[in-house]
Amino acid sequence: MERIVGIDLGTTNSLIAFMEGEAPAVIPGADGLNLVPSVVALDAKDQTIVGHAARKYLIATPDHAIYSVKRLMGRGVEDVQDELTFFPFRLASDLAPGEVLRIQLGAKTFTPPEISAFILRQLKHNAERHFGAPVSKAVITVPAYFNDAQRQATKDAGRIAGLEVLRLVNEPTAAALAYGLDKNKNGIVAVYDLGGGTFDISILKLHDGIFEVIATNGNTHLGGDDIDNLLITIALDDISGDMKLDLRHNPEAVQTIRKSVIEAKILLSSQPSVKLDISLPGGQRYQREMTREQFEILIEPVIQRTIGPCKQALKDAGLGPEQIDEVVLVGGSTRIPRVQQLAQTLFQRKPHTELNPDEVVALGAAVQASILSGGSEATHNMLLLDVTPLSLGIEALGGVVAKIIHRNSTIPASATEHFTTGVDGQVNVAIHVLQGERELAKDCRSLARFDLRGIPPMPAGLPRIEVRLLIDANGILQVSAREQRSGEQAQVSVQPSYGLSDEQVETMILESFDYAEQDLEQRQVIEARNEADTILAALEKGRNNPAWTELTSAEKQKIAEQEKALVAVKDGTDYHAIRSAIDALNQGTMRLAELMMSTAVGTALRGKSMETANVGEGPTSSHPIGKAEFE
Amino acid sequence: MPENAAQSALPIASKQETGACWWCGSMRAAHYCQSCGKVQPAAPVDYFLFFGLPRKLSLDVPALERDFYALSRKLHPDLHVQSSTAEERKWSVEKSSQLNDAYRTLKDPVARTEYLLRLQGVDLDEQSTLATEAARGSGKTKKQVVPPDMLEEVFELNLQIEELRRNQKTDAQDPDLIEQLREHNQSLQQRLAAVDQELRSGWTAWDALVDSGRDAADTGKPVINQLVDVLNRRSYIRNLVRDVNEALEG
Repeated sequence: MERIVGIDLGTTNSLIAFMEGEAPAVIPGADGLNLVPSVVALDAKDQTIVGHAARKYLIATPDHAIYSVKRLMGRGVEDVQDELTFFPFRLASDLAPGEVLRIQLGAKTFTPPEISAFILRQLKHNAERHFGAPVSKAVITVPAYFNDAQRQATKDAGRIAGLEVLRLVNEPTAAALAYGLDKNKNGIVAVYDLGGGTFDISILKLHDGIFEVIATNGNTHLGGDDIDNLLITIALDDISGDMKLDLRHNPEAVQTIRKSVIEAKILLSSQPSVKLDISLPGGQRYQREMTREQFEILIEPVIQRTIGPCKQALKDAGLGPEQIDEVVLVGGSTRIPRVQQLAQTLFQRKPHTELNPDEVVALGAAVQASILSGGSEATHNMLLLDVTPLSLGIEALGGVVAKIIHRNSTIPASATEHFTTGVDGQVNVAIHVLQGERELAKDCRSLARFDLRGIPPMPAGLPRIEVRLLIDANGILQVSAREQRSGEQAQVSVQPSYGLSDEQVETMILESFDYAEQDLEQRQVIEARNEADTILAALEKGRNNPAWTELTSAEKQKIAEQEKALVAVKDGTDYHAIRSAIDALNQGTMRLAELMMSTAVGTALRGKSMETANVGEGPTSSHPIGKAEFE
Repeated sequence: MPENAAQSALPIASKQETGACWWCGSMRAAHYCQSCGKVQPAAPVDYFLFFGLPRKLSLDVPALERDFYALSRKLHPDLHVQSSTAEERKWSVEKSSQLNDAYRTLKDPVARTEYLLRLQGVDLDEQSTLATEAARGSGKTKKQVVPPDMLEEVFELNLQIEELRRNQKTDAQDPDLIEQLREHNQSLQQRLAAVDQELRSGWTAWDALVDSGRDAADTGKPVINQLVDVLNRRSYIRNLVRDVNEALEG
């Protein structure tokens, strides 16, 4: 049976994972890193670059790069005005009203699902490289609080990337799966998930392998990004006040500041204060010290916004905080000590932090993928019962929403409503489906409008049209309708209020094939080139290592030749040439690596640290651990 | 929901018609094959019948939960992704949604009672939450009769709530008013508990009719009317509690 992979398509970083035997594992990219930054760029030749390699474009050519695109998934122009003031998203200038957003990237425009598809394709490629076999089926995670349009957009992104999305899983639920895998215990678990751009809280009941979500709540626009934006605003204000330098409209400078404040934010989780030192255009420097205390006061309003959803979720679950048995923290922003403190206060319990908050969602997606594949020894008894985060309703007279499936209903869930005509001989009835908790249609999210057509002409009020709305296990709406008196199946054509039509997705899939061909070649070359740089740098370090002197002169000469050969081909475009030169040099430096390793052990025994012996920098090691991440 | 002929003592023929096991009446047989585990086609069925239960209102909720988990382990779409046909996947989604809808309705005392009343042909729209929400949204007061013994209390309460809202707008403090509203809230909670007690005795009366086979339209009418009345008062008091709480929370 074909493998099903689990994907965490994150705001800041994305990961792909698979159940290797009885434990889920993240599949690293060619660079050896588990995290693929959710950054997409176009290079000078209009080739797409994804991940780490794309990050440098954020500063060098910001109009050719995009990050945090997840914030735009499934949203309309009017929804994203807020985002536009803080994010350098450049919407296409020729957007028609009601059209799916398109973002300008260099001279081209792309919809958010297409940009997400570039990231998914990179992940898919990483997995195919790992397995040496094609991968076409996936489970993708989404924030629990994503609405129908955002979920549909994620599914579309999968299709465009050539992946059959077998299930969308809510991120906090996935985290609970990863967390509960080897626990096999019963009880109530709260998952507090503060990521780069979204916040979710889910409360689950674990019962003999069944993971039943009781309540979920959240905010799809609350996360680490908001903290970054606060820090950027302060820096920009300081700079314009102290130096009379207005950099607000200088994208390169803003991105430089962004990179620095994110590094500072990360450092403040482990140290009491941090010094910012940023070089600005014109040779000036912006310097400032920030203490953790100042940082915490600053971010307090942001993290306070997680309290309301937590309380609502508890209320909906009918539970008090003292009834929560375990609290699990997910998402990079939960590394902030103040956030951990807040979660502890809210649930009166010390939260679990032993799982890597960046990886746990992807690992859970892999667990769900294993369940869908029919289960393994570890997962055969596991089953996920999730809920719909938002109520589903139909617009009634006066613009009021009649709720027909309430939030926190276990999915799949369905409801049947009856409609009739208002005029004699009427053959069409228009229906407006909405999602949200507010009472008026104008305050809810419009999901779809559709016409019931083909109603047999009858006096007003006589037709009895049964409309069945079903929310499937992905949290996505399906509609069917029937006229009961005549028994005729009324035709339903659902026009999603936001989102791509099937035809549009099909076209994008075709276009992406053209890209994929070019991209694959291009990407292979870029990856190989990066790998070549890594190995050459490692060799440089190796030469200064005491182990170098233990090589025979023939060995040294061989290495020098292989090095020269690699340098000669690495900047070319012949993937195979670069690849074989890398393999040759790898082979040639094998003994050096071994010697370095044993020298390192010896050095350590003589009381020196492993670090000064350069272990982990040798050519065979490509898995740096705990590297600070920024986009 | 179509009027269903199912009664407490089902003749064999109607058990087969509803898809239940001809011998024990269990609905398991209708949901998935006992030997190969394949999901069976979904057919419209009432929620009680889905769980193979008589239409009684006193219900063993922990047993219902056990059945819900056991059926979920057979019907959920996650278990029919790879090995099943497209048809079977569709049935699994439909059966699961029926299972979830039925469980959600039956485990909740009020939803269960409302559902039974609808099955008995009572039009609950006037009383249902749907109507309440619609009325609140459009700013109209819902056509709801104030229980006579509460007239005076409700009148006073509404005045106090209005006063509190005015205070909140002008930031005026009136600790006495808040204290009075808290007391009202407590007395309402006690009323709610009393109504819930009435609801349970209504269940007992209904279940006795079902057991004696006298739950038909005419003989069941007095109990049905009693239940409708209890639900009405309950929803009225609950709305008051909500209004008071909303006002107190500001």
